[in-house]
Amino acid sequence: MTTTAEPTTELGKARTRKEDARLITGRTRYTDAITPHGTLHLHVVRSPIAHATITSIDKSAAEAAPGVIGVFTAADLGVESVGLPCAWPITPDMKAPQRPLLATGTVHFAGEGVVVVVARTAAEARDAGDLVEIDYDALEPVLDMEAALAEGATLVHPDLGTNENATWAFDSGAAGTGGSVDEAIAAAEADPDSVVVRRRFRQQRLIPAFMEPRSCVVDPTGEQITVWAATQVPHILRTMTTVTLGVPEAKLRVIAPDVGGGFGGKIGVLPEEMLCVALAQRLNKPVKWTETRSESLLAAHHGRDQIQDLTITAKKDGTVTGLDVHLLADMGAYLGLVGPGVPILGAFMFNAIYKIPALKFTCTNVFTTKTLTDAYRGAGRPEATFGIERIMDELAVELGRDPMDLRKQNWITHEEFPFTTVVGLTYDSGNYEQATEQAMATFDYAGLRREQEERRARGDKVQLGIGISTFTEMCGLAPSRVLGSLAYGAGGWEAASIRMLATGKVEVVTGASAHGQGHETAFSQIVADQLGVPFEDVEILHGDTQISPKGLDTYGSRSLVVGGIAVVKAAEKVIAKAKKLAAHLLEASEDDIEFNAGQFTVRGTDKGKAIQELAFAAFMAHDYPEDMEPSLDSDAVYDPENFSFPHGTHLAAMEVDTETGRVTLRRYVCVDDIGNVVNPLIAEGQVHGGLAQGIAQALFEEANYDDQGTLVNGTFVDYTLPSAADLPSFESSTVSTPATSNPLGVKGVGEAGTIASTPAIVNGVIDALRHLGVTNVEMPTTSQRVWRAIQEAQGRSTQETPVDTHSPGAGLGSIDPNNPQGEVQ
Amino acid sequence: MIPAKFDYVRPSSVDEAVAALRDAGEDAKILAGGQSLLPVLRLRLAAPSTIIDLGGIADLRRIAEDGDRIAIGAMVPHHDVMRDDLVKQHVSLLSQATATVADPQVRHRGTLGGALAHADPAGDLGAVALALDAEFVIAGASGTRTVGASEFFVDYFTTAIGEGEILTQVRFPKYTGWASHYEKFNRTAQAWSMCAVAVALRIDGGSIAEARVGLTNMGTTPIRASGVEAALVGQQANEDSARAAAEHATEGTAAPSDADAAADYREHLARVLTGRAVLAAAG
Repeated sequence: MTTTAEPTTELGKARTRKEDARLITGRTRYTDAITPHGTLHLHVVRSPIAHATITSIDKSAAEAAPGVIGVFTAADLGVESVGLPCAWPITPDMKAPQRPLLATGTVHFAGEGVVVVVARTAAEARDAGDLVEIDYDALEPVLDMEAALAEGATLVHPDLGTNENATWAFDSGAAGTGGSVDEAIAAAEADPDSVVVRRRFRQQRLIPAFMEPRSCVVDPTGEQITVWAATQVPHILRTMTTVTLGVPEAKLRVIAPDVGGGFGGKIGVLPEEMLCVALAQRLNKPVKWTETRSESLLAAHHGRDQIQDLTITAKKDGTVTGLDVHLLADMGAYLGLVGPGVPILGAFMFNAIYKIPALKFTCTNVFTTKTLTDAYRGAGRPEATFGIERIMDELAVELGRDPMDLRKQNWITHEEFPFTTVVGLTYDSGNYEQATEQAMATFDYAGLRREQEERRARGDKVQLGIGISTFTEMCGLAPSRVLGSLAYGAGGWEAASIRMLATGKVEVVTGASAHGQGHETAFSQIVADQLGVPFEDVEILHGDTQISPKGLDTYGSRSLVVGGIAVVKAAEKVIAKAKKLAAHLLEASEDDIEFNAGQFTVRGTDKGKAIQELAFAAFMAHDYPEDMEPSLDSDAVYDPENFSFPHGTHLAAMEVDTETGRVTLRRYVCVDDIGNVVNPLIAEGQVHGGLAQGIAQALFEEANYDDQGTLVNGTFVDYTLPSAADLPSFESSTVSTPATSNPLGVKGVGEAGTIASTPAIVNGVIDALRHLGVTNVEMPTTSQRVWRAIQEAQGRSTQETPVDTHSPGAGLGSIDPNNPQGEVQ
Repeated sequence: MIPAKFDYVRPSSVDEAVAALRDAGEDAKILAGGQSLLPVLRLRLAAPSTIIDLGGIADLRRIAEDGDRIAIGAMVPHHDVMRDDLVKQHVSLLSQATATVADPQVRHRGTLGGALAHADPAGDLGAVALALDAEFVIAGASGTRTVGASEFFVDYFTTAIGEGEILTQVRFPKYTGWASHYEKFNRTAQAWSMCAVAVALRIDGGSIAEARVGLTNMGTTPIRASGVEAALVGQQANEDSARAAAEHATEGTAAPSDADAAADYREHLARVLTGRAVLAAAG
């Protein structure tokens, strides 16, 4: 990132993160490191089968094992009728199965808990788990979304009468926000000067793979039940625990201590968390559950998993006239907390940065006997961005146009902001031209196009492709009324409190719940500027419902643009109170008090009071106005008026070895417009991490199931995550068109890199191979897939690849963790 | 990730280790660097009754010149093999291949002997040992015996090491002055080989006088590519001869099919990588 002279304000200063010393060195406590005296340990015995009737459970050997306190089924705990919450009924007639704490009667995915063992140590619980005998009668697994919707399909939940969770549709013609897509397609088909391009893309199933496995500790021995959880959403978890188990909300204290990553994967309310609460109450002792990595990959919610059928229409001059989007989205066996709504978030993003006059979006959510899906970094928006950015490239090929020129022709120009899109959103600000110009100059777009031509001309075995993604996204979830119109089960506001301590130090309480983002540093910078106090004097408190009683937590790139603005609003109230006190003490009219850089002065004089002096005066309360309370402390709840719309231009230079199929990312240049930047170092870190995750979808990651519904790459042995050694140094920079929808002019950045990068990579891979006849390679674009695509394009047939067979993975080599005794095939 | 219970023994000599192995019976497992064994234990894919840790036997951590051989103790970590001057000078192919094993953390813990005794067909060092005719020194109750590489690798995860025996040393003939290269293909930098080719060439006056070629992950054991070797000998080291010889790369292989590479793709890779390895070795 280009840095200029160090700014005089905290806003814009590239401070290193003050939380990093404790996080990086491990001098902190994650949930699993918290062990109240007398803690008992849980181990969940899980179904190895995707779909089966439980015919018998024999607990006797486990119950007799050393250290075992008890072995429980849902019936033993009396929780058979308890269902976990889904907070997003996307349609009034949505089909929602009960998601039990432990499977009762039938298991619906491999990894679903059936029995919980409680023992004095984690090792004893784990050992006893091996002694629980469960017999199953296997049922037909339901694995393919299209087959699941067909007549006569095996039903995941027979009582629902269908595998369809819901179908949600938006039609700009019907909504009055744009034209009719059906008419646009009919017109294009009838018009020799128009084209219709249809493509099917797949969003493979991904696993969030946060660094700290999920964990929960519950101590029932105090007046309140204390829950520590590795969660993104302590406030939501508290409310939902009440909703689920009936424990009065005021009797619950939920603490998210330092949390090691989430990426949406820790947004849920877990059966294990509810089991911990139920067991702690029953046994009246603290209990702890910490998953293993294998459990995490198997049973924690997955992400993406969509089939996208897209139809785009355009005039031959390049003007896009319509986009029809038809999605199938795999929910897995149950509905997660916000799972059904995740693909729906994409509805508003398929038009992206383009002036598409007509758009129709239809999404059918489908139940299968797989692990449930829910939010994963970007949640709905990466899928949409991939779809539109891939098909814009396809349209460019169809029209014989440079893909960037075609984008320019159709995008919203900077003079046109604010711009109301075909789906009814109003983009407040943006400048696609500026970001694109800078990105293309840094990238040397023309030079790389020349190199590409040369390589093609000489038949180089390594071909070069240029991948483009000009993305925008909606984040900063979200205006509460908009969420209400989408039947979302909560608002989108955020709360903040500022406490001015007697000694002039500042405590800031936020309802956002950081799990690696750097809120403590960034929010301290904001407050330091707002109140004119030193950065070092600001302390950020969060992640504990007794310290931060009100909040809606961290997801959807909302912390800065919603939570940060709540902090600003609280600071404004502090200043207003301080001004009143200052006027009183300085014997001046409040109208004559000026505030600047922490000093309240009487206009035209040198008389003044520092904010710290006023904090002390309020604390002493010896002398203050009649019509105010002796306190500067202030609360604010901020409900955003609009979403945040960051955007950017991402360019990838992809080298493809046509002999081996090996894909190498040679260069990655991105210019993101994230408005004003609070801390460039943190923003750059968010972009880099986001890029790695988005690129990993394009090149490396995929959760595969075999024909029995078993997750076959359910360990890091063969769920392929890239390391730093697999990625180049990213060339990322920013431009700034400040947001007009919030007082700081900031935009969200947490998901931008993930949303933008996936189509840039895949577009680049296809671009390298297009002249060989390759038109698509499914994700992840592995060397084998690329090689096969080349062979097929050249008319050579190749072998079927067994997707469900263990490959020599990172840790275990040829040992197949799913079939340890088996031979290589 | 909690392994099942086991007893733990840490002998300080090979004799003690052999005795411990006899006492522990057939459910015992030898622990060398632990880079394959510990994940297996933690995933509960194995539950041995006793773990015999060779980490306390100083004799097994030495690299020495022994006449026309370089003798490497079974417990020498990859990192030390890779950096050792004797190995670099006389067995450069081993040094090169070892540098591609996993990542620095694994190379500091994992050992040459552990990797070879584990005999994972995707492991990198078996193909090198086979191509270079290494000898394996194996200790047992009745003393030590030496097995040649061509007899050592028996099957998938199976070697000539018998019950009650321990691999103590691997001896490589000197290939001083030979050109060599290890060409590895994997999905991510730290992953095991999907396919790899080990090549050592003695080049005399621009033509290949002797060739040694081994293949990784092209069957249930490492495979010696004798057809490639024969095709190279007597040829000038150039693109045409490399390509022609590489056509023999899949002779005698039984390529596995898995999610990363079905057999036909793996065979294709073996040919491409063999050609590249020969050219890279020849410089």
